[in-house]
Amino acid sequence: MSHRELEDMLGKGWRKPPFVSNPKLRWGLIVGFFAYLVAAFMTIEVDWGRVYVGLDRGWAFILAFTSPDFTGRASDIWSGLLESIVMTVAASVVGILISIPIGLGAARNIAPLPIYLVCRGIVAISRALQEIIVAILLVAIFGFGPLAGFLTLSFATIGFLSKLLAEDIEAMDKVQAEAIKASGARWLQWINYGVQPQVMPRLVGLSMYRIDINFRESAILGLVGAGGIGATLNTAFDRYEYDTAAAILILIIGIVMSLEYLSGIIRSKVQ
Amino acid sequence: MPVLEKGSAQTWRRRTTGENLFRWFGWLIGVAIFVACWQQISEATTWFFVWDAPRIAGDIWTRATPPRWGYITQLGRPIWDTLNIATLGTLIAICLAVPVAFMAARNTTPSVLFIRPVALLVIVSSRSINSLIWALLLIAIIGPGVFAGTIAIAIRSIGFCSKLLYEAIEEIDHTQVEAISATGASRWQVMAYGIVPQILPAFAGIAVFRWDINIRESTVLGLVGAGGIGLQLSASLNVLAWPQVSLILLVILAAVMISEWVSAKVRGAII
Repeated sequence: MSHRELEDMLGKGWRKPPFVSNPKLRWGLIVGFFAYLVAAFMTIEVDWGRVYVGLDRGWAFILAFTSPDFTGRASDIWSGLLESIVMTVAASVVGILISIPIGLGAARNIAPLPIYLVCRGIVAISRALQEIIVAILLVAIFGFGPLAGFLTLSFATIGFLSKLLAEDIEAMDKVQAEAIKASGARWLQWINYGVQPQVMPRLVGLSMYRIDINFRESAILGLVGAGGIGATLNTAFDRYEYDTAAAILILIIGIVMSLEYLSGIIRSKVQ
Repeated sequence: MPVLEKGSAQTWRRRTTGENLFRWFGWLIGVAIFVACWQQISEATTWFFVWDAPRIAGDIWTRATPPRWGYITQLGRPIWDTLNIATLGTLIAICLAVPVAFMAARNTTPSVLFIRPVALLVIVSSRSINSLIWALLLIAIIGPGVFAGTIAIAIRSIGFCSKLLYEAIEEIDHTQVEAISATGASRWQVMAYGIVPQILPAFAGIAVFRWDINIRESTVLGLVGAGGIGLQLSASLNVLAWPQVSLILLVILAAVMISEWVSAKVRGAII
């Protein structure tokens, strides 16, 4: 046995296979990525002097979290928070009610083609426009106040919920729906007894999740005048009242956490 | 099975009388809450503006069409800034999210009692506050500009990426980890050869998904002064230059659709 063959038998040792197997594509991606990074860093202007000056203020803000001021602007905070909650509840209810028929229409196995296309179009428009842009337009049309925020959140809920509901309906078990149809059910009975029980757990879960999102979004709609806690928060930042801002942020985090906890309980109950 | 006896005939029912009453009561409370919320919104609304809304909407539409196509030459730089904010923000977020995720996952955390709650708190606070609010805060601290936007996007994304990543880590197949540790690998080697290969596809998917969301969010960050195309949008809105606004909205829509397409393609290739 020659020396050469022994080396062949030992092999070269194992190496991790690369993530992208095509070497040309892999190196192309790596080089392109670094070229982009360099270009991006060249064009970002950072005023380090300004950043350095601001660090004190940043530290003051972090310190403010240890002594949040809930009482100084209590009435502003509560009215803003109440408006946010009111907008969230109303928009979630209306949004969910509207998104159920649209979700049914956007499911290919239930709806005929024309209805399907119309509903998918509504979903696509609602998903492509961000909340804040819709809010700007609606504030321009309906005037300042929570009505614009309510409409914005309802509109956004429709896109989110209808799409996911439609996907769930398309993935449902056909056999159960057929069994109901075979018993001579009308269309509404078919939906109520054949489709609805199958998608209900997921619909409840998604609705809870959307309420959570709606509350988080309602906190920023005030920035463009659509009501809610955002306006109070913006004013607090503008006046450098960090203790008030910290109090508002703590309240938002607390409410989101409790909503998430609640939705976890409800979802585990229905599923 | 709840059965209603009417004379001699038996009728099947879905629920017992008690259940029916309970449900009816629940619905009553729900409707009452909704009506109360609606009343709050309605009180805060100037209904004269709402009745006038169709005319205003038509007026804005005539002002906004056709878009001022020539303005597109001035949008190149803002779009590039937007892309940078989203991409660099995602990169920073990923670098910070990986250690947080490993600390938050039940099976890799160094200490379930002390470190895991801290990591979970970081995730929740980063997730519950919108990037626009982070941007407001950072602008107050480090001054307006692309840098503030990048950091805001990064902070907002940490929670999202860590949450999805730590759920992926908790779902890994444990036998592979055991096999690696049975060969006598150190803690870091187990990490590199037992855990990382299992979560790498999920990780890449999360990163691209978040990048897509970040493109959406960074288009509006400029509304509060954090750079990108939102700056142009807010400037055009302030001077009521509706033809420019409609062009910017079209550009944003195109950017969002392209990023969604890219992200769907990349995720499709990975998974």
